[in-house]
Amino acid sequence: MAKVLMKGNEALGEAAIRAGCRYFFGYPITPQNEIPQYLAKHLPEVGGVFVQAESEIAAINMVYGAAGAGARVMTSSSGPGISLKQEGISYIAAAELPCVIVNMQRGGPGLGGIQPAQSDYFQAVKGGGHGDYKLLVLAPASVQEMADLMEKAFDLADEYRNPVMILGDGILGQMMEAVEFKEEKKTSQMEKPWATTGAKGRKPNLINSLFLDPLELEKHNLHLQQKYDRMAKEVLWENYKTDDAELVLVGYGSSARIAKAVVDQARVQGIKAGLFRPISLFPFPKNALQEACKCAHNVLTVEMSLGQLVEDVRYNLEFKVPVHLYGRVGGMVPTTRAVLEEVKRLVNGDQGVETHENCL
Amino acid sequence: MLQEIILAGFGGQGVMSMGQLLAYAGLEEEKHVSWIPSYGPEMRGGTANCSVTISDEEVSSPIITEPDTLIVLNRPSLEKFEQDVKPGGRLLINSSMIDIPSQRQDLKVLKIPAAELAQEKLGNTRVSNMIILGAFIELTQAVTLESVIGALKKVLPEYRHNLIPLNRQALEIGVMLAKESI
Repeated sequence: MAKVLMKGNEALGEAAIRAGCRYFFGYPITPQNEIPQYLAKHLPEVGGVFVQAESEIAAINMVYGAAGAGARVMTSSSGPGISLKQEGISYIAAAELPCVIVNMQRGGPGLGGIQPAQSDYFQAVKGGGHGDYKLLVLAPASVQEMADLMEKAFDLADEYRNPVMILGDGILGQMMEAVEFKEEKKTSQMEKPWATTGAKGRKPNLINSLFLDPLELEKHNLHLQQKYDRMAKEVLWENYKTDDAELVLVGYGSSARIAKAVVDQARVQGIKAGLFRPISLFPFPKNALQEACKCAHNVLTVEMSLGQLVEDVRYNLEFKVPVHLYGRVGGMVPTTRAVLEEVKRLVNGDQGVETHENCL
Repeated sequence: MLQEIILAGFGGQGVMSMGQLLAYAGLEEEKHVSWIPSYGPEMRGGTANCSVTISDEEVSSPIITEPDTLIVLNRPSLEKFEQDVKPGGRLLINSSMIDIPSQRQDLKVLKIPAAELAQEKLGNTRVSNMIILGAFIELTQAVTLESVIGALKKVLPEYRHNLIPLNRQALEIGVMLAKESI
């Protein structure tokens, strides 16, 4: 198929339909409205169902129901709307049902604003609702990658019977870029023998997240944890000029694109900079990050938050390299110029530090 | 080639579609492009702007803080963005709506009385923005006129294709104006 120009939100909608998603339940909120707009128009064309629910809470529980019945189903929202959905997301995770949830982040906390942010990182990767659970979290950085990851998201959701979150932001949702969709693939979706499809002729299936017996609930939790451990092999990341990088920038989504521009400008000025971009935020690509930072004297996270990704980067580097933060919030976006200044400041403060033996 | 452009004006003047046309035209030429709008609680008559990048290489950041070219269709847009333009950059002013000079001394400025030209030569002020777009492509050579026409065919729904000749005329007026200004 030829390249077309699409907004990130529209590309997510189209990719969802191509991935076999036939059900969408949501409630409007900027900056993700083009997703429901696109799906409202195009889902009925393929026999799908679009419902604008009366609230986010209703929407996520409709997702819960459709997922339990074995459907490919998704919802999308932003900041405050995602917060409202957390109870339902926890139920879906506990009941081990597959679905895709899109969060086009906007500035918080509270009602916040409608401009881009990345301040829902913790909420996305650490659970978000109550209880010990995890979502698989994917963070695209371009319209093309949004399209590509959408299909992957549905497949991962089915494979692990777990909600998958696509974590974007207002920039990615609103911007237009060229995108090419793969030729229509034969969608071979996994069998879902656990789904509540009508028990005629078989044992009834039960979708449930209530375990009143503590021993049972502990067993269920341990089972979930084993599943999250199994997800570790799903790590995705991108390295950019990290092989000899003495300063590694780390960022995801739109921040990573800004950081990439900074790497190029820093290289022109003779600074050995590189970029590590986690694409899966849970599971976090720990080994790849360590490898990318093997020559690093300093690591700088660039994020639209006041320090969320930076904590995971420190933790995953096991505190062996100094990790700094450059963050803007509230809908303000880091500029390449300001990040470059921070890079230069770190490099200047770093003179006299010996290069790692394996990086000479 | 890397061309970063900010287009700004009142909602309804056509800055968003000018930007999209440029992006589509870049895509026609197999360049890397990005288009990002300002979005917010905005309405007709409010200000609107978009940023367009056209590049031979992958676009790193779609956010433009220092445009090579600024195209402004109304006065608040000039006042808001003129200090951001790259030193020695280009400024296209819709002088039909803007009666103040630029405060910058270092920019290559072209003033275009777009509405008057559109009325006088085409009898239709709604293609004013296309005159300015024509001047832009002539001055920067960022994309060709034919690519913009090709883009129009894609952007406009079929039943609007009868408007393409009018748009072409408007673009050509802009091209001529730019040629004469050099």
